[in-house]
Amino acid sequence: MKLKSVNGYERKFKEKNNWFIIIVVLLFVLFPILIKNNYIIDVAFFFGIYTLLGLSLNIVLGEVGLFDLGHMGFAAIGAYTTAILNTRFGIPVLVLLPVSAIAAAVFAYLVCSPIIHLRGDYLCIVTIGMGEIIRLTLLNNPFGLTGGPNGVFGISFPCIGSLLVVDNSLKYYYFVWIVVGLSVIALIRLQNSRIGRAWNYVREDVIAAEASGVDVRYYKLLAFILGAALAGIAGNIYATKLMIVSPESFTFMESCLLFCIVLIGGMGSIPGVFIGAAAISLFPEIFQPFAQYRMLFFGAVVILMMMFRPGGVWPRQRGQMEIESVFMRAKKSVM
Amino acid sequence: MKLIIEQILNGLTIGSFYSLIALGYSMVYGVMKLINFAHGDLFTFGSYLGYTFLVMGTAYVTSTLGVWGGMAAAMLIAAAGTGILGLIVERIAYRPIYPAGRLPAVVSALGASIFIQNAIMVIWGARPQAYTSDVIPNYMLNIAGLRINLLQIIILLLSFLLMGILYYVVQKTTFGAAIRASALDRETAALMGININLIIFFIFALGPALGGVAGVMVGIYYRKISFVMGWNYGLKAFTATILGGIGNIPGAMIGGLILGVLEMLGSTYISTAYKDVFVFLVLILVLIFRPTGLLGEKVAEKV
Repeated sequence: MKLKSVNGYERKFKEKNNWFIIIVVLLFVLFPILIKNNYIIDVAFFFGIYTLLGLSLNIVLGEVGLFDLGHMGFAAIGAYTTAILNTRFGIPVLVLLPVSAIAAAVFAYLVCSPIIHLRGDYLCIVTIGMGEIIRLTLLNNPFGLTGGPNGVFGISFPCIGSLLVVDNSLKYYYFVWIVVGLSVIALIRLQNSRIGRAWNYVREDVIAAEASGVDVRYYKLLAFILGAALAGIAGNIYATKLMIVSPESFTFMESCLLFCIVLIGGMGSIPGVFIGAAAISLFPEIFQPFAQYRMLFFGAVVILMMMFRPGGVWPRQRGQMEIESVFMRAKKSVM
Repeated sequence: MKLIIEQILNGLTIGSFYSLIALGYSMVYGVMKLINFAHGDLFTFGSYLGYTFLVMGTAYVTSTLGVWGGMAAAMLIAAAGTGILGLIVERIAYRPIYPAGRLPAVVSALGASIFIQNAIMVIWGARPQAYTSDVIPNYMLNIAGLRINLLQIIILLLSFLLMGILYYVVQKTTFGAAIRASALDRETAALMGININLIIFFIFALGPALGGVAGVMVGIYYRKISFVMGWNYGLKAFTATILGGIGNIPGAMIGGLILGVLEMLGSTYISTAYKDVFVFLVLILVLIFRPTGLLGEKVAEKV
């Protein structure tokens, strides 16, 4: 009975927003057709990549509240898996899409298993360390595989036979946004599932969650694994677009920007990730004329954002609705 | 044998930079429970202030102050300037955001870090700058066959002196007891009549000031400074803080020294390219087996 009423609220919320969602999707589909400028379409492509990375960090940081400041490391694993397997063995990039995801996920499982019991800031520093170890290792060209500071180049285009070759900005744009769309659908289903609820429970109160029989360790690890897998996918697409991967794309600074994406948008909020990613990827482009002053502005804007909207631009609605519904039922029963 | 001693000495020198920076992280974290990401960039700012003083005032330094006086003055100026900037950052970027919780404050700190770093780039330019040799001469000493830079000895002694003073203040005086009490529990400490605002003022002025001194020391030791070096030093110093036990002041000092020595020994005996990997691996291993750091106490969890 209780769950039903909660779901009723959610359905209402969704119906209200149906039109909004349709308009946004249409905008994304029509945008490159209306604007035939390759530069702008490329910017929109990177907006998509940042959205994908933001969504992946949102699983770890937003849903479960685990501080992860080395998330770019997982993307690096995905990108380098794609780059090395494609250039050495000629495996098609699209086949490598799931392979990169699995590689990043396995890596996350191996690395995070021993550190998952750490909490808060300790987890934060260990993930920083992990991200830096990955970057420095790639930089040092182990076994002559990663090409050191120059990276690996000559990654081929994603293609299905010769039927459809993704080889220009427009196709890449649709490619990345289709992946983003599918991920969003999957993540919304995940949010409303048993797993999503367990994640949020762990985020709000670890001890209470553990006391009520939620396997905290399992769910935390699951979040890292899924987040890493999605980051691996983003890494794959990034690698095929640039056709080159190098360690300087996966610095600590980039991980910090991902952290900002999730918090500017609002913890655990999927529309929020879009806003955060837009802020991170479009801001430097819009302020291009100001050249060296733009990151100065960016820093100031981040501070102002946190001052006036500390919960993010588009905070997650769900928690509030549940409280509201329980509250209203209590009122009814009193009457 | 000679190599080992020289490398340990080099390691202690680098470690003392890390320690001085780590103290700022640790004090701020102890009282505010906030990772002050801007701290690394405050350190860079101190380094650039010292550079500006020494290079703009080369004539004055060489004629009146002399080499040692010039260095001392540069450190004092850097400490004062960085301390003031630290207070400004606290007032603008952190104070309005504390009530919203810890995560927004962390993001704001990242914003402040990006802001300061780019402000330094805009003011002093993107190219690395150098502490010139006419204000900082080389004094190589030959002690029992060891080649040692006199500046290195002075840096080491000075940082130990600063750390000693801080240790005394924090561990032995009433004011230090107030700082430690605020670190344990801010609300209760305030109820006991401790002036929390004074404590916050103190840590946000002193932490960056120590960082500023470390900045000038790095300039003196390496000669070359760049506007992005704050990230690297900040990251290492933060690692040192965690290694020693975050919020624990002696822990930050020891953590920094251990980290510096490990880094130098790692680069000598394992691989120069992998020295940072080695440092972070040690950190991760320490945290796996001692999650609260080397000197951190295990605190019972409040539910």
